[in-house]
Amino acid sequence: MLVTGKGGVGKTTVAAALGLAAARRGLRTVLCEVAEQERLAAMFGASEVGHSELELAPGLFAVSVDPERAKEEWLGYQLKSGTLAGVLGGSRLFQYLTAAAPGLSELVTIGKVWDLAQLERRTGGSVFDLAIVDAPATGHGLAMLRAPRTFAGVAKVGPIARQAATIDAFLRDGASTGVLVTALPEEMPVNETIDFERSLREELGMGVDAIVVNALHPRRFSAAEARTLESLDGRAGPAARAALRAALSEHNRARAEHAQLRRLKRAAAAPLATLPCIFEPELGLRELEQLSAELERKL
Amino acid sequence: MIENWLERKEVCICCGSGGVGKTTASAAIALGMAARGKKVVVLTIDPAKRLANSLGLAELGNEERLVEADVEGELWAMMLDPKRTFDDIVEWHAPDERTRDAVLSNRIYQELSNAVAGSQEYMAMEKLYELHQEGRYDLLVLDTPPTRNALDFIDAPKKLAAFIDSRALQFFTAPGALSLKLVGRGGGLVFSGLKRATGIDLLDDLSTFFSSFAGMTEGFRERAGHVNELLADSRTAFVLVTSPRSDAIEEAGWFHHRLMDAGLPFAGAVANRVRPAPPRGDAGAEVEELLDGPLARKVLRTWEEERQLAKRDRANLATLRRRLGRKPIIEIPYIDDDVHDIDGLRKMDEYLF
Repeated sequence: MLVTGKGGVGKTTVAAALGLAAARRGLRTVLCEVAEQERLAAMFGASEVGHSELELAPGLFAVSVDPERAKEEWLGYQLKSGTLAGVLGGSRLFQYLTAAAPGLSELVTIGKVWDLAQLERRTGGSVFDLAIVDAPATGHGLAMLRAPRTFAGVAKVGPIARQAATIDAFLRDGASTGVLVTALPEEMPVNETIDFERSLREELGMGVDAIVVNALHPRRFSAAEARTLESLDGRAGPAARAALRAALSEHNRARAEHAQLRRLKRAAAAPLATLPCIFEPELGLRELEQLSAELERKL
Repeated sequence: MIENWLERKEVCICCGSGGVGKTTASAAIALGMAARGKKVVVLTIDPAKRLANSLGLAELGNEERLVEADVEGELWAMMLDPKRTFDDIVEWHAPDERTRDAVLSNRIYQELSNAVAGSQEYMAMEKLYELHQEGRYDLLVLDTPPTRNALDFIDAPKKLAAFIDSRALQFFTAPGALSLKLVGRGGGLVFSGLKRATGIDLLDDLSTFFSSFAGMTEGFRERAGHVNELLADSRTAFVLVTSPRSDAIEEAGWFHHRLMDAGLPFAGAVANRVRPAPPRGDAGAEVEELLDGPLARKVLRTWEEERQLAKRDRANLATLRRRLGRKPIIEIPYIDDDVHDIDGLRKMDEYLF
């Protein structure tokens, strides 16, 4: 399951909440960070997530994919020799050449994710029921999904082409791979979500499985109540006025957000689920559990 | 305030992590400077056409367009098409038509210019340099691409230069280069390993790519050098855009560190969507007096949440202040409406300037 979305909309949070829900249902799940973000560790109070799997919660593991390490693993597998792969990986010439091979870094990254989701791991690690990818932001996310196909095209024949084609087929098969887009109920994230769904369909023939609209403000006040609050503005002292204005601001915001949500619903083909805004200063495990329960109920 | 940061500056580079409002901040800075009589162009490079949205425009091409805004100077906007820019550069550097066509039609080149992370960043820098050379604007504002690690663009010119570095090229361009004796110690192993791991076709394409690129490397390298000089020039200002959320602040601090390390001219930070500090005093009794029970409770609950978030924002900004040392921070408060048009940008003006 790939979780993508515009930068800053809460992809990592949604991926983690989804992971918790899956693990609760008994699926051995691995969360993959691919952008050297190291955000998951902090969220679960773990020290550091590395290139090998680390258990965050019962049945929930995490890896942070390092493209360089992934490249070496991939070479080791291709060449059936760790020593040869080590020599190659350390060669400057080789680094130039693989840097020149377009999208190789994306390919080995998505390849690592693919491997994590296999019943028989190439690299001999443990087996998972589900791999959830905290994917790069929409533009780069699309590039990552496109990488295997790009590569299969460039290499035409040979082991890379074969393997890239296998990964490409796995990614594009709706039975094995899902795509979830995270958005905020705001103008630009909504536009980007709509664009992404279209590009995914047009460029890769894939559909979005679900859209999660994050941090939706509740509609607390009715229009009549908002008018009452407005009318009292002149009569209130400084603290009370600030409170009234905060409530009105919240009301306007919720209204704008729900309008954006409606717009997204009209334009998107994928089913939509919403997550409430969490008013805690920092998101901890408790809030994550709460979001996870919400997702489980709605998806 | 920000006009002081930009005094005698010709380039303003807005950077920061994704989702902090970098595009809107860039557009608001450009609009504000245009309103103060400057001829400004704002450049963005973004597949989701965010700047177009910010400016209420339907589309932007790879060329500057005049934005219809009632300003004293001129506001121009441009959305970069990285592929087009790359093609233009090849055309510029190619010694003859044959080489140009060989490069443009090479599959490695096509994939490289389309799909590789890093080439977008490089193209943004290239276009920036080109426009600066042309000297038609008083100020160029660049909204940096939403890179994965937010700083790729600093290394982008260097990376591309290294990428087409002659050392790698020599292997392909020297006569009989693919023969193992010229490849030298270790090289033979690299080639045979690579062949086993990839299949020969890739190598053929690479070889064609590199040999047709050979005549152009010097030009590319020289240009990358100029781009790097422009980034470090005293006429350039880096502005860090952030939100008051802890992850963005964390990244901003690290970003600042990297800019300083690279010796780039950092001007200050813009903290976007900050909740104002609540006034002192207790609102509870008065709100309960003004409103009936259920409504008063809802208002007070909302107020409490706001206060919590405002407190969080203050704490996070204090962290940022510590990390930036004496560099200034401009705070833009939370604006009710999402900013996505000229009017919205104007609302940001009073805080930015």
